Amino acid sequence: MQAFRFEALSLPPEAQAMRKKVRAFLQDERSHNRFAAHRSSWSTFDAEFSRRAAAAGFVGMTWPKQYGGGEYSNLERFVVTEEMLAAGAPAGAHWIADRQSGPQILKHGSERARATILPKIAAGECYFGIGMSEPDSGSDLAAVRTKATRVDGGWTINGSKIWTSNAHRVHYLIVLARTSPLDQDRHAGLTQFIVATDSKGIQIRPILNMAGGHEFNEVFFKDVFVPDDMVMGQPGEGWKHVTGELAFERAGPDRFMSDIRLLVSLIDKVGAEPSERQAIAVGRCVAHFSALRRMSASIAGLLERGERPITEAALVKDVGTAFEREIPEMVRSLVPSESSLDDEDEFSQALAHVLLHAPSFTLRGGTPEILRGMIARGLGLR
Amino acid sequence: MSEDFSKIMIEQVGRLFEKQVSKDVLTAADSGEWQEGLWEAVSEAGLPHAMVAEASGGLGLAPADAMSLMRRMGYHALPLPLAETMVANHLWVEAGGSLLDGPTTFAPVTADDRIAIAFNREGATLNGTIGHVPWGGDVRHLVIFARDEKGVGYLAHVERDTVGTNQRRRNVAYEPRDNLQLDRIDVPLNAVLKAPDTLGGDGLLSYVAAIRVQQMVGGMERALDYALTYANERVQFGRPIGKFQAIQHMLAVAAGHFAAASAAADAMGESDIFAGDRFAIAVAKSRCGEAAGHVAAVCHQVHGAMGFTHEHALHFVTRRLWSWRDEGGSESYWQEWIGRNVCAMGGEALWPSITGFR
Ligand SMILES: Cc1cc2nc3c(=O)[nH]c(=O)nc-3n(C[C@H](O)[C@H](O)[C@H](O)COP(=O)(O)OP(=O)(O)OC[C@H]3O[C@@H](n4cnc5c(N)ncnc54)[C@H](O)[C@@H]3O)c2cc1C
Repeated sequence: MQAFRFEALSLPPEAQAMRKKVRAFLQDERSHNRFAAHRSSWSTFDAEFSRRAAAAGFVGMTWPKQYGGGEYSNLERFVVTEEMLAAGAPAGAHWIADRQSGPQILKHGSERARATILPKIAAGECYFGIGMSEPDSGSDLAAVRTKATRVDGGWTINGSKIWTSNAHRVHYLIVLARTSPLDQDRHAGLTQFIVATDSKGIQIRPILNMAGGHEFNEVFFKDVFVPDDMVMGQPGEGWKHVTGELAFERAGPDRFMSDIRLLVSLIDKVGAEPSERQAIAVGRCVAHFSALRRMSASIAGLLERGERPITEAALVKDVGTAFEREIPEMVRSLVPSESSLDDEDEFSQALAHVLLHAPSFTLRGGTPEILRGMIARGLGLR
Repeated sequence: MSEDFSKIMIEQVGRLFEKQVSKDVLTAADSGEWQEGLWEAVSEAGLPHAMVAEASGGLGLAPADAMSLMRRMGYHALPLPLAETMVANHLWVEAGGSLLDGPTTFAPVTADDRIAIAFNREGATLNGTIGHVPWGGDVRHLVIFARDEKGVGYLAHVERDTVGTNQRRRNVAYEPRDNLQLDRIDVPLNAVLKAPDTLGGDGLLSYVAAIRVQQMVGGMERALDYALTYANERVQFGRPIGKFQAIQHMLAVAAGHFAAASAAADAMGESDIFAGDRFAIAVAKSRCGEAAGHVAAVCHQVHGAMGFTHEHALHFVTRRLWSWRDEGGSESYWQEWIGRNVCAMGGEALWPSITGFR
């Protein structure tokens, strides 16, 4: 059972120094009442917040200075990420660009893409969405049908994407499309493109989520032109890029901290002298949380060394999101609450907010059923 | 001891266990037979004093490496009080005592047992009962934590022979966990040392917890090894059962529990448990205990009826997992401990304390 690597990691002094810095920034944000911690999270879109965070140096942290980055380590970035989450910061505008699109562009993008886009992301002014899922391609991502055809100086894209978070308010989407026909190998012939959302031929339609919010969308592409230098890497490398990207996407603390503010509210609600049952449940959460935090930090360490811990990342996401899903159920068993978004009470609001969003925790970024298949492969069962 | 050397040693010990802890040995140990041959082998390797500084005659193994060694003990279900002996010697020598030769255990190891110590002109007298003492009937020495009437804590060395036995009993892995009676046991003054201030209200309980954490990680690893091998070998409906998604998912979930438990145990291994860091122990004991239950259940399910036989070796580890998760404080004991501490500080203190703890 030595299938997975979760090596010891202690955060270096510079990471602890960064923690102080980001805490001071967040403290300042909160003292000015700039966000409502108990009902926001990394999927709350707030461009003003992102600009201020970027100005303070917290976006594009690991990238080269040449592209507007801060040349910090993955571990310093890890600390900033977890502090943002712990504070309930509305970091949704820059989250995707900072977490995965930017690093992808840095690694596989053309020089022009890097030079024109990365500095804007790092300034908190340029946001991204992920164009992977399609109506007939959810878990089975390799089934995408959106097609890109070679034309003079670039490609034209035809097809549609669905569940595209923030498509209506980001500047670019990274679109996974088929660039050569489906033959035996379904994973060959896929390519990623950087597509500006104001390109001619793009149509974006809102899809309201079950909480009534407008976060995701349907996106239609009709002869949308993408210049050659907005292709990621070589045509045909799309599948490799997408699976590599998922290691960044899946292992971060955003996969187990979505409802940390609810936990904070719960602790205040039960007070300094909880019942035995309440104390046990809170203690159990803290234990789970601490273990997950260490696993996630250890992956940040592997990424820092240039490794691609894809299976480990899947495992962290599976364990992490299962834990996130449990929290609202546990909370409501401990404190009677007919939760409501309309209550003054922060606890009631936080619980209502989490209940209404929890189903998505185990969908976005790949379902447990798919992740467990990957883990089983890592265990030598497939 | 250098880091490289420790690594080599842990590997060598793993091979020793592999060779010597056979099914026959485990079966004999189950029936209550003391495994003298095995004890001699581990003694020859210097393991009983592994955690004592080299200057004091031990191997000077760092606590984190000792924890890795305990994982190997768990993996092989080593039927000896070796981890207990290592920790007892460490505590005793650190407090100023000299090496104890032969199998040794420490007590009390439950949340409620208390031993009283009273001093007189010749020495001191110990009084009280101690339950569930690991190998309490088999060891040569006991290191006892006791408090005087003012609440000051002491460690006392007691020869096992001077102590009465109320009941010889076994946990569900058939490891000895005896109830002992200290009925006005007189000890000379040189067998009583001031206990370190870091020992809290539940005395030595957290050290049993720390040992069981590492043993559980090793035991889970073994159970999963058995289950993965079996899933790839056993054929039903024309293919290995490991090819069925239901089996794959069960094992993937178990692997997730194992990984989280290992992470918590690693964090504990790096923390300074002997300097009184109880948070890491609490997290690790509760996380590992929870994982152990899941992992054992999944591994049995994967094995079908074969895993329910005495013939198959799976039960040697799963019965230990079920025992170890209860010993040194169960999940709920430590969860409550964490919960009370966290709640006392209030919601906003949660995050700073989690990050401060590591
Ligand atoms: C809030 C939210 C935001 C999202 N944002 C984006 C975004 O920005 N960009 C983007 O591209 N996508 C996005 N998604 C889409 C997300 O990636 C998909 O929902 C996810 O991959 C699952 O696909 P699906 O919804 O089509 O479900 P399906 O694939 O149809 O699955 C339905 C159910 O069947 C199960 N299932 C499917 N295949 C198997 C199998 N082989 N074995 C066992 N069970 C199986 C699944 O686990 C699931 O339980 C978002 C989703 C949500 C909820």
